[in-house]
Amino acid sequence: MIQDIDIADLKKITELIQVKYGYDFRNYAMSSFKRRMLRILELKSLTVESLLKKLNDQPTFIDEFLDELTVNVTEMFRDPGFWRIIRDEIIPGILLNHKQFKIWHAGCSSGEEVLSMTIVLKEMGILQDVQLYATDLDTTILDKAKQASYPIKNMELNEKNYIRYEGKGSLKDYYKEENGRAVFDKSLLQNVTFRKHDLVKGEVFNKFDLILCRNVMIYFNQTLQNEVLKKIHESMFKYGYLAIGSKESLIWCEVASKFLVVNNEEKVYKKIKD
Amino acid sequence: MDKYNLNNSYKAVVIGGSAGSFQGIVKILSQLPKNFQLPIIMCLHRLKHVRNGFVEALSIKSVVQVVEPNDKESIKKGGVYLAPSNYHMSVELGNHFAMSTEEMINNSRPAIDVTLGTAAYVYRDKLVGILLSGANRDGGLGMKLIKDKGGLTIVQEPSECMIDTMPKAALSLTQIDYTLKIDEIVAFLVELNKHYK
Ligand SMILES: C[S@@+](CC[C@H](N)C(=O)[O-])C[C@H]1O[C@@H](n2cnc3c(N)ncnc32)[C@H](O)[C@@H]1O
Repeated sequence: MIQDIDIADLKKITELIQVKYGYDFRNYAMSSFKRRMLRILELKSLTVESLLKKLNDQPTFIDEFLDELTVNVTEMFRDPGFWRIIRDEIIPGILLNHKQFKIWHAGCSSGEEVLSMTIVLKEMGILQDVQLYATDLDTTILDKAKQASYPIKNMELNEKNYIRYEGKGSLKDYYKEENGRAVFDKSLLQNVTFRKHDLVKGEVFNKFDLILCRNVMIYFNQTLQNEVLKKIHESMFKYGYLAIGSKESLIWCEVASKFLVVNNEEKVYKKIKD
Repeated sequence: MDKYNLNNSYKAVVIGGSAGSFQGIVKILSQLPKNFQLPIIMCLHRLKHVRNGFVEALSIKSVVQVVEPNDKESIKKGGVYLAPSNYHMSVELGNHFAMSTEEMINNSRPAIDVTLGTAAYVYRDKLVGILLSGANRDGGLGMKLIKDKGGLTIVQEPSECMIDTMPKAALSLTQIDYTLKIDEIVAFLVELNKHYK
């Protein structure tokens, strides 16, 4: 049932992906990376050898492979308390200085997080003033994010979170049920640009007033977290905000001294130095 | 008490539990010696969307402060750690934790198999695994992995468990070293601490 996989074999796989496709997984956190790899082998009934061969001979396989390798589990309004802070403190803080601003969702997965943000902004009456960018390494999941359509069975949790967030209405106001799916009002996504972006490559493509990078860096080791955070810091305006996942921390990173803790419970930071 | 073979210098204790384990855990934490040196790493099934309260409830009677570690937080001597809600908690090489939001395993996140299995991989024969009362099979595989790496395994005496599915799952998957009541587990931990090198 549970097989193990050697570090040497993991290395062979990561090296092949790096050389052939340019994705660098060498600094992903070992424990989860190994589980993902075992999962792929089991799901696709492959051995390490046949996986290597498939990756080598079948370039079209890489997207499917990346989709399985990455952990895409997400929710709307995950950590409702966090979203209340966003609505009641962070966005009002940004609005003190700018009427129009930009938000980046780095590692947006299937889009629940960015969709939640558009609902927050809409209920605040400022959706039209905000440019949102939602990026992920995984193009398969990005396509799903663009659809903003989710299995109805996921909605129970999403609704619960929204109620605990204390939104203005009901989540049902924003979607229609069609063939067992919750299809969200596309106009919510009018100011959202979805694009592929690899945090490991670290291209700085814009500057933001607010960046959400939640539950993404937990899949990286500390060396990589440190590097990625430098790029994130570079992608922020001074006095912009950064939100990371509720079980992540900045304190031991090199850029830590350039941030101020705004909310320790919900892990929101403010950039105070360039 | 040389009825346990404690000559192997154990480096960490992992504890898994689910339904019916709360009282037992509280008892263990409240009767631990103050200077207990081995890190205790706990994964207990808990309400998924209640982030607060659990660690506080456990800490009230505990002699040591229980913490829900952050991702990549180091595992310290004498630390008592609890897997946070809605995350799987792994032990990583290099003596720290790693969090993950992967799919649920055995209907659980955190899953006990994840914490126990990764701890077994890192601590090998220097690990003590303890599995308490619970209503599903999560943890059984983790206990087997601990045993396979040469670690020491203990389950709560099924007759004392509110629900014995979990310890029984472990007993059916591997040769468990000791089947003990909570009081005996406490006594065992006291002995273990005396042998800590
Ligand atoms: C668990 S999801 C987080 C979703 C959402 N932010 C949340 O907190 O619910 C992690 C996402 O990070 C993405 N990811 C992993 N490595 C990445 C990288 N190098 N660059 C960009 N995204 C990455 C994965 O594809 C996945 O969709």
